[in-house]
Amino acid sequence: MAQNLVALAGNEAVAYAFKQARPHVGSAFPITPQTEMMHKFAEFVANGEVDTEMILVESEHSAMSAAIGSAAAGARTFTATSSAGFALMWEMVYVAASLRLPINMALVNRALSGNINIHCDHSDSMGGRDSGWIQVFCENAQESYDTALMNFRISEHMDVRLPAMTNYDGFIISHTEDALYLLDDDTAYDFIGPYQAKYALLDVENPITVGPLDLTDYYFEHKWSQMEAQKRVFPVAREVMSEFGELTGRSYDFFEEYRLDDADLVMVVLGSSAGTTKDVIDEYRDKGVKVGLLKLRLFRPFPVAEIVKVLAGRKAIAVLDRSASFGGFGGPVFTEIRSALYRQEQTPIHNWIYGLGGRDYDLKQVAEVIEKLQQIAAGEELQEVNLLGIRL
Amino acid sequence: MAVNLKKLVRKEDLLSGGHRACAGCTGANILRQVMLVAGRDTIVGGATGCMEVVTTVYPYTAWKVPYIHTAFENVAATISGVETGFRALKKFGDLPVEREKMNFIAIGGDGGTYDIGLQSLSGAMERGHNMVYICYDNEAYMNTGIQRSSATPFGAHTSTAPAGKVKQGKEQNRKNLTAIMVAHEIPYVAQTTPFHWRDLATKVEKALAVDGPAFLNVLMPCTIGWHFDPAIGMQICKEAVENNFWPLFEVENGKYKINYKPSEKKPKTQLADWMKQQGRFKHLFKPGNEELLVKCQEYVDQEWEKLLKLEVMTAEPESVKTV
Repeated sequence: MAQNLVALAGNEAVAYAFKQARPHVGSAFPITPQTEMMHKFAEFVANGEVDTEMILVESEHSAMSAAIGSAAAGARTFTATSSAGFALMWEMVYVAASLRLPINMALVNRALSGNINIHCDHSDSMGGRDSGWIQVFCENAQESYDTALMNFRISEHMDVRLPAMTNYDGFIISHTEDALYLLDDDTAYDFIGPYQAKYALLDVENPITVGPLDLTDYYFEHKWSQMEAQKRVFPVAREVMSEFGELTGRSYDFFEEYRLDDADLVMVVLGSSAGTTKDVIDEYRDKGVKVGLLKLRLFRPFPVAEIVKVLAGRKAIAVLDRSASFGGFGGPVFTEIRSALYRQEQTPIHNWIYGLGGRDYDLKQVAEVIEKLQQIAAGEELQEVNLLGIRL
Repeated sequence: MAVNLKKLVRKEDLLSGGHRACAGCTGANILRQVMLVAGRDTIVGGATGCMEVVTTVYPYTAWKVPYIHTAFENVAATISGVETGFRALKKFGDLPVEREKMNFIAIGGDGGTYDIGLQSLSGAMERGHNMVYICYDNEAYMNTGIQRSSATPFGAHTSTAPAGKVKQGKEQNRKNLTAIMVAHEIPYVAQTTPFHWRDLATKVEKALAVDGPAFLNVLMPCTIGWHFDPAIGMQICKEAVENNFWPLFEVENGKYKINYKPSEKKPKTQLADWMKQQGRFKHLFKPGNEELLVKCQEYVDQEWEKLLKLEVMTAEPESVKTV
């Protein structure tokens, strides 16, 4: 089908996707680098390109609270934030998932304070990994746009009914002009479809109580229902991604495999770092080194069976984390991957923590990891958790 | 707007019995009276607190209208979302049931309103959502065990500012939240109590009728936290108004109106007599604490004088002449 090739920054691309979903309500509070996504959306509203009612709240805590109220009312609802803003709404992030409200949020990844830093890392989103939201990480503006569209379908699916985060790297994606294809508005909306809430507060003829006091006798079972809903994301996401692929020619999966088929050495990354990694992998492939990349897209729910299938039997694996778990054994992606592969034959899995606070992730760093992977594969015992690109 | 008692009592009770409020709780009474006026096409939001906890123990609910609770500090933001959802779904033609108008009521205790929820309340009032915010003010964090709040009056004993050998309860006067709400220049702000049922019902009716936000501060004497006989909660409300501790007044579009003025010559109750009935002020009646009691009286007098002046200052020019 015909698609428009345009040049947009990631924030604009995601604003476009949100506009095309024709949400009833959006709530927003400014924080860098999410701001331009909301500026763009506000322009769409001001120009009558979308009928969304905006709630321009006084804090992110209220942004998420208002989004919850709106979604519980029965409205398709979106919001966006970054870093400290996400941290401030944290309490309500859990409530949104617990109430099974399919709110869609752009989380433009930025380092948490302190010290205050406006640049990219994943410490914000990793704080929400246990919150019950669907979390997808994106490599570029195209993927961010596509993911934002698909996330509406996945999150609102009757089998799922969970909120979803479209994660894309602050500045690196949000503020970088990129070439991408856009669907026309009607095609995009038809793909997503209208929103029908299963239970709506506004149905005053069938009153419901939302968010009651839930104690020892039922709370656990309600948490179970959230766990089950997360599991149901897998088939729904597959179906949505496959339909999206047929519509646009752009296929997605839980993760992307790059030169992975015959790879002995594997790097695992999230987000925009995949691009840089792919370049260096190409160089090493030219030198005959069998190295590949697993770019993880769907982080919650964590596709453990598929990851084990792809990573089992490799000679050495490097997991890169753009966030630290202070005092923990490596970063969050590392512990997850390593735990997933525990029962497989002993593949050494090492961790590199990199890029905190927007520290550049450059070609040399990728090469350093690949060199180390080669040594590990050759039987050398190297440190398991490492820092990459740090100046000490 | 005259409230008709005969009509009111025939209306359906939208808060069912069997909820878990304490014997003698005046809060549940406030909710029932509010709902008699509001009716079925109403969506209620509750901040975490006594009234939320006692009305919604899963799998039960006392609410016969749609009800939402999400957290402690954000009921105004939550109801902002619901109210905006209503306007948006109406505009899109997507309402689940056709209604021209619905009522949106946010309810919070003084902790959830004066303190932790103040920012969210201020934001919602400034944005002008069509909602009525009702604060049931029992002057401390009762749900968590009677800790002091910014609504706790001077001298009151609470579990975090207790009366002891060297301290005599709360050392600050309460925050004047009603005045803060008036400063938001919203169309309607009022104070009332559940004893004054006609006053309360009329004020709820007015608050729901205005286009935009309205705020009601409702005194809610707490038998547990204030330490009084559960049978006399309504009497405590009545006397709080008579001795000017909790004046009944309303501010419509900036104009103050005091709804009850005690006779200056023959006041029905004295503040000290009223305080004596409440265990939270017991220590103030010990020898040596006379000055603290005087301070309590001075504060009430000073606030009352201020209110009288505000009524004159904001009155229509015609009525100024007659004052």
